[in-house]
Amino acid sequence: MKYKKKYKKKSNSILYICIFLVILYILNKTLDPYKLRILNLCGIYVVLGLSLNLINGFTGLFSLGHAGFMAIGAYTTALLTMPPAMKEMNFFMQPIVPFLANVEWSFLPALLMGGLVSAIMGFLIGAPVLKLTDDYLAIATLGFAEIIRVVFTNLQSITNGALGLKGIPATTNVWWSWGMAILTILLLKYLMKGSYGIAFKSIKDDEIAAQAMGINLFKHKIMSFTIGSFLAGIGGGLLGNLLGTIDPNMFRFPLTFNILLIVVLGGLGSIKGTTVAAVIITIMMEALRFLDESINLGFISFEGIPGMRMVVFSVLLMAVVIFRKEGLLKES
Amino acid sequence: MNMSIQDFLQHLTNGISLGSLYALISIGYTMVYGILRLINFAHGDIFMLGAYITYYGLVFTSIPWWLVFILSAVITGLLGVLLERAAYKPLRNSPRITVLISAIGASFFLENLGTVVFGGRPKAFPTPSIFNSVVRIGGVSIVGVTFIIPAITIVLLILLNYFTKRTKTGMAMRALSKDYEAASLMGIDINKIISVTFLIGSFLAAVGGIMWGTKFPQLMPLMGMMPGIKCFIAAVIGGIGNITGAVIGGFILGLGEIMIVAFLPGLTGYRDAFSFVFLIIILLLKPTGLMGENMTEKV
Amino acid sequence: MLKKILILVLVVALLSTSLLGCSNSSDEKNKGASDSGSDVIKIGVFEPMTGTSAAGGEMTVEGIKLANEMKGEVLGKKVKLVVVDNKSDKVEAANAASRLIEKDKVAAIIGSYDSSLSMAAGDIVKNAKVPAVGCSPTNPLVTLNNDYYFRVCFIDPFQGTVMANYAFKELGAKKAAIIQDVTRDYSVGLSKYFVDAFKKITGDDNSIVGVTSYNTGDQDFSAQLTNIKGLNPDVIFAPGNYGESALLIKQARDLGIKIPILGGDTWEAPEFIQIGGKAVEGAVFSTHFTAEAPVTEMSTKFLEAYKNKYNKDANAFSALGFDAYMVILDAIERANSTDPEKIRDAIASTKDFVGATGNITLDENGDAVKSAVIKKVSNGEFKYLTTVEP
Repeated sequence: MKYKKKYKKKSNSILYICIFLVILYILNKTLDPYKLRILNLCGIYVVLGLSLNLINGFTGLFSLGHAGFMAIGAYTTALLTMPPAMKEMNFFMQPIVPFLANVEWSFLPALLMGGLVSAIMGFLIGAPVLKLTDDYLAIATLGFAEIIRVVFTNLQSITNGALGLKGIPATTNVWWSWGMAILTILLLKYLMKGSYGIAFKSIKDDEIAAQAMGINLFKHKIMSFTIGSFLAGIGGGLLGNLLGTIDPNMFRFPLTFNILLIVVLGGLGSIKGTTVAAVIITIMMEALRFLDESINLGFISFEGIPGMRMVVFSVLLMAVVIFRKEGLLKES
Repeated sequence: MNMSIQDFLQHLTNGISLGSLYALISIGYTMVYGILRLINFAHGDIFMLGAYITYYGLVFTSIPWWLVFILSAVITGLLGVLLERAAYKPLRNSPRITVLISAIGASFFLENLGTVVFGGRPKAFPTPSIFNSVVRIGGVSIVGVTFIIPAITIVLLILLNYFTKRTKTGMAMRALSKDYEAASLMGIDINKIISVTFLIGSFLAAVGGIMWGTKFPQLMPLMGMMPGIKCFIAAVIGGIGNITGAVIGGFILGLGEIMIVAFLPGLTGYRDAFSFVFLIIILLLKPTGLMGENMTEKV
Repeated sequence: MLKKILILVLVVALLSTSLLGCSNSSDEKNKGASDSGSDVIKIGVFEPMTGTSAAGGEMTVEGIKLANEMKGEVLGKKVKLVVVDNKSDKVEAANAASRLIEKDKVAAIIGSYDSSLSMAAGDIVKNAKVPAVGCSPTNPLVTLNNDYYFRVCFIDPFQGTVMANYAFKELGAKKAAIIQDVTRDYSVGLSKYFVDAFKKITGDDNSIVGVTSYNTGDQDFSAQLTNIKGLNPDVIFAPGNYGESALLIKQARDLGIKIPILGGDTWEAPEFIQIGGKAVEGAVFSTHFTAEAPVTEMSTKFLEAYKNKYNKDANAFSALGFDAYMVILDAIERANSTDPEKIRDAIASTKDFVGATGNITLDENGDAVKSAVIKKVSNGEFKYLTTVEP
């Protein structure tokens, strides 16, 4: 009986994924480039949101360094996928480091490499830092993200420094972004169902009790952090190859804040919540741009004020946090 | 390294000037954290508000500048209390992550509200001339602010020490910071003490903002972001909750930043990273900070 | 599980409808700027209205709006400006350009102040085949290899030479130090051209005693300045954003650095004098235009109209914004079409167009060959010194 139920659940999931892919195909054909870009962004933010949720929501590690891992992933993928001619054009101030000058990989290996390098950095950063408590961990991870940014701004021959990279091949499309999103959802579901998931949750609930129960704190924290960084790197790579241009200045705290917004509004520790929140918030971010510019309702039009959009979002975040502490959707 | 003694002294002076500014701002940060265990991410933005309010006071009224300074700081202090009531009080019994998120939200709110209200273009801070006067001693130039800011910092330090050690409210604050639960059980009016803490902390942030404006007379809505983070780092380095430690931390950061550029000009671009690297070293070696006490967590 | 898929479907439905509903109702009416049936032509404007370059962006948009008022119709259609803020951020600039093209379907684009922001949008306009005209970005890379980007101002190799010549000939400087903003292509590029020109004109490869740098947003330059002071240059060239430069000069004077400090066209913002105060007295920089020496009859017309509307004297950026708009309108007339590609071809063949900032002829790269104006801060105002012909 139980076996039949499990089998039914699995085949249902596959059916749903297929339906989703068909819808995706239709959207890909019918939407204009602007809306497609937003659709892609939604998928990317699902990946990013889930990666942060794994660390913050599921394992209870308050990490604010996500932008740094995204930067690593974005730069790695960009540098590996850019054609040598384009690289030469970009690196006019100081020529690019020789071993990167002539490489040109295809998207998948570059993306995976981006994730891998991020994961390695995540491991190196996490190892010393994860034993710190909440607030200190937050500031330490924030510090690391800033250090990564400053380093990228100065390594002229590897990252082209503050001038950034232009002309990154636009290889991200809905299949990549949403494909990765679906894979991430499945990965997280799988992780959380197993013993790792239970370990993560117990660390979040009460570290000392978990340790007393024999859970290896360090091993699990590092695992969560590393996987989260890997996914953040992939998200960063997808983002870079969607936007076509990156520079160290975009990977600062406001970017982490955007993802934090998604995770909190969707509910810390909820996969479904993060997914839905990522889509809704990305769309709203675009839709509410009119607050920054002019609003034309036909009969009235008034000048928007730059900055209004983020004011609305911050108020929204605080309202959710204060009034509905579990997030917009209940924890599954 | 062919740096003359004169150049070195000049660098030292610059470092002290910058360091004293960081020190001043860190005091407010560390106070709030020490008592509430809350990283008030919005501290940097309160700092920004203090500077802007002073700007409007100086430009649009004919009140003497020193009075404008004091009034703005008080007004900003009250705004800080308002912030606490709105964003932090409802979450007093929530997990720390939630409060932190509210703090981050408040910070972004203030920054963007600043952009909406004050506009994106920078405003020139009308610094009173006493701050701008330059004194030259043996080839080393010292600007007025370099004397004034440490002086103010020391005065405030003395006042704060007196306040926390000799007054009832001050002692209640220390009690709360040592043991929140026990203090509340002893009949201390928590709301009042927390409001006072925020009042003083925001007042100090405002003073920091005003002094920042006199030294760097360019006001922008996001001006509080970097100083806010750096000053929190200074507070952590010095030992969170310890006011003297915060001052020391501020000086370490200011001097360190300048000395990196002075001695390693090739690393000028990494100057901002210095604070973060130093922070991480301290967190790994002595997480309670240079002047902090070791605390064990009771299970 | 069913609940989950229902939510997913709901989300996708929400996505489609809200994205479709997002577009202005006017979008439905104007199926594209190339639809000759509509009665409106849209011209996109992306400039920094917030962030570190906000002053430059605002001033440029003032000029563009004035031009739109003066000449609001072409080919019998009304010209509508769609202004988007790129927040002084490169990624936002790319997004802004994308949105103007994809969502608002503009026929042409004006922008942006700050070469980095223009370059960020370069590939986008190129791939979408929509012409863009920059008002004041001076870095050569903005238009190089990009058939769809043009500009109505001079470029930095010229500007660098102008300032190098000034330093050598007028100030008799033999040694110079450079302070550049490494986060801006403009500052890095212009510094490089100054260095090349200075070395050439002094005949001395060692005439540049030192190069130091800072980042946009920095406020404390005392350490870098102390280092430079020790190198004993005759003059400092510090092309950078108005805010940072004003602070930098003030700190330099406080440190006892008395030598002349020179800069580029980004200094021409009221904030430069407001923030720098007495310290920036005597600062000299190159720019595009001065109200004190109108070059064409269009200049006089522009200056009058500007004074009437905004009640103050026009600056270079407003004048360039004005010209960019007028050039595009002129091109639309000559092309007799609202098709972006035809407009692009017409812009490319702009010859002897009488603009407010001078005669504009675009060369094979899409750059205008213009004269430069040197200004000096005198008694708290920008005073015109001289004009330098190319």
